Amino acid sequence: MNEFETNEQPRTETYVLNMGPQHPSTHGVLRVELELDGERVIKVRPIMGYLHRGIEKLMESRTYFQCSPYTDRLDYISSMNNNYGYCKAVEELCGIEPPPRANYIRAICAELNRLSSHMVYIGSLANDVGAVTGMLYTFRDREDILDIFDLLCGARQTCNYIRIGGVAQDIPAGFDEKVRKFLDRVPDFLKEYSDLLESNEIFQIRLKDVSVMTAQEAMDCGMTGPNLRATGVPFDVRKVDGYGAYPDFDFDVPTGEHGDNWDRYEVRYKEMFESAKIIRQALDGMPEGDYMAKVPKMLRPPKGEVFSRTEGTRGELGFYIVSDGTNKPYRVHIRRPSFVSMQGLNPMCRGGLIGDAIAAFASIDPLMGEVDC
Amino acid sequence: METGIVMTVANLIRGILMLILGNEFIVSVIMKLIGIGAMIGVISFAAILFTYTERKVCAFIQVRLGPNRVGPRGLLQPIADMLKLMSKEDIIPYGVDRVVWALAPMVLFVPSALAYAFFPFDDGAIFADVNVGIFLLIAISSQSVLTFLMAGVASNSKYGMIGAMRAVATSLSYEAPMVFSLLGIVMITGSLRMSDIVAAQQNTVWFIVLQPIAFLIYLTTCFAETNRTPFDFVECESEIVAGAFTEYSGMRWALFFLAEYANLLSISVLTTTFFLGGWSGPILPGFVWFWLKTIFMLMIFLWIRWTFPRVRIDQMMSFGWKVLLPLALVNVLFTGVGIYINRFM
Repeated sequence: MNEFETNEQPRTETYVLNMGPQHPSTHGVLRVELELDGERVIKVRPIMGYLHRGIEKLMESRTYFQCSPYTDRLDYISSMNNNYGYCKAVEELCGIEPPPRANYIRAICAELNRLSSHMVYIGSLANDVGAVTGMLYTFRDREDILDIFDLLCGARQTCNYIRIGGVAQDIPAGFDEKVRKFLDRVPDFLKEYSDLLESNEIFQIRLKDVSVMTAQEAMDCGMTGPNLRATGVPFDVRKVDGYGAYPDFDFDVPTGEHGDNWDRYEVRYKEMFESAKIIRQALDGMPEGDYMAKVPKMLRPPKGEVFSRTEGTRGELGFYIVSDGTNKPYRVHIRRPSFVSMQGLNPMCRGGLIGDAIAAFASIDPLMGEVDC
Repeated sequence: METGIVMTVANLIRGILMLILGNEFIVSVIMKLIGIGAMIGVISFAAILFTYTERKVCAFIQVRLGPNRVGPRGLLQPIADMLKLMSKEDIIPYGVDRVVWALAPMVLFVPSALAYAFFPFDDGAIFADVNVGIFLLIAISSQSVLTFLMAGVASNSKYGMIGAMRAVATSLSYEAPMVFSLLGIVMITGSLRMSDIVAAQQNTVWFIVLQPIAFLIYLTTCFAETNRTPFDFVECESEIVAGAFTEYSGMRWALFFLAEYANLLSISVLTTTFFLGGWSGPILPGFVWFWLKTIFMLMIFLWIRWTFPRVRIDQMMSFGWKVLLPLALVNVLFTGVGIYINRFM
């Protein structure tokens, strides 16, 4: 038997591709170590920390009021939701009850921000599967929301509008019409996205049955928000906890079936309709009254700790605050949904191709500002 | 048959040269050189113009303005781009196979430019009207994959390596259906000569009517040939940065870039020639018809490029082998049956 007659397969070996932190589609500065066998992904190891600013530590040396702007910089494309989460935690710590008007305004802001964040999601997902045009469309419409925020508080991205005890100022004149005008456009541009992307066969085959997560797997990884709902678990903190003004509104929690990329996309897509529904109800039922509760100028929460969660755009956003009775928090820990979702990358991408891995990164919607904190 | 504008002009120049020089051989050589010069001029000019066109069309599709700062309506933008690229530092990354790496962008230009020799721009205006036209054309244009391999492997970069491997895999999968889709035309025409193909369409109908399936197959494979979405695996920005071209910068990268546009033009020209009747058309001169059709095809390519997502490499390969190739073969079968029936009608 000579060497040409062996049954041995040609020897191959895997290699490691270091993707990022500078790469066109790693959503900022995510670095991923892909172990590859040719094009096939064997292992994914996300490496984080390139955008670490030490926000949790910084908060320890700031007063409770000064901490609030730092939360803008967590998930910088949905700052309103972060403000909301932080302020709600501090309010629970101090026992402050925001007035109903503030709660309604907060709900409007949070849902508008959810809309804008999901637009960025759809855009970047489209971009990462190669449909560059999708991104431009979503960013065009997101501009309207940013204009609304501009009208509301003078800032477009890092709003710091929701404050401890309420909101920074009352809604300005013309806000109501502007939001309503925008809401009228929501179905139009959402249809435009679906015409451009969903109805495209290639977009469908790229996302359907790819990077599947079962409900159990998703829960094991600690996934929350749209990523978990895509697997069929109707877990939405807005419904489960019913905080703020949310019990007053009638809205559905869209869920997926298979937990693949397509469902993760669809859940967010449908959520945008629900958000629009909530905003409309909030505008209709906007109560009169104060927009700010009575909050002492020097806030010294009683000794103790609190964990408060809200439904951020990317999942359950939790703030754990320990107070030692001074005007600065003793310790703040932030449960960032994107950071937790990163755990799901490896089970999702394993066995897929490089293209699938990229689609999977985009489909769990990580935002590096939030991941690294 | 009246001669087209291009040949009229060429004959005029030839006549003048004959009067001055009086030697048939020298005039013939000079005419060829003028032709080559004109051809390279056309390619470079078209490539530069297309960068502008693509950016404007893409901007229109993406609801933005596109280049509008340099010159009127941004028309001088390509020149500014070129100046910028030429003035950039020539970076040679550590560990590259220098000779192969440096050669790749230049070699890429050869098949792109050589393909232009077989394009019938107008009646009689074709450089090499050889009797194996299509065959030679496909043989030459499929060489471009070699340069992707050269560039990718020599780059000493994993992205480049993946890009190179993808280039080879893609070209293997799309070239077979492409060739078979053109076989139907060759069967109807009975000739591989480019001018015969156009002439055959002039006498009857355009081949897009007779060969609609072949047209679709050809159109699909064209995207793979030019490395554009939905089959842009060699570049594939969101996955492997720029694939085989990742390590190139400045003028070397610009050569790849220009070759891509030259290929885009050549693909539009070929589709026009094979399926849209080339330079044939009523009233207007052939030269005008030819460019009108080419620009129409070009716009279709741009339109699809900027609206479609990218398929995955394995999906593309299985699509090429399991759908396009059998379809092309069935098309050949039906063409044969059609020709046979037609003979008794």
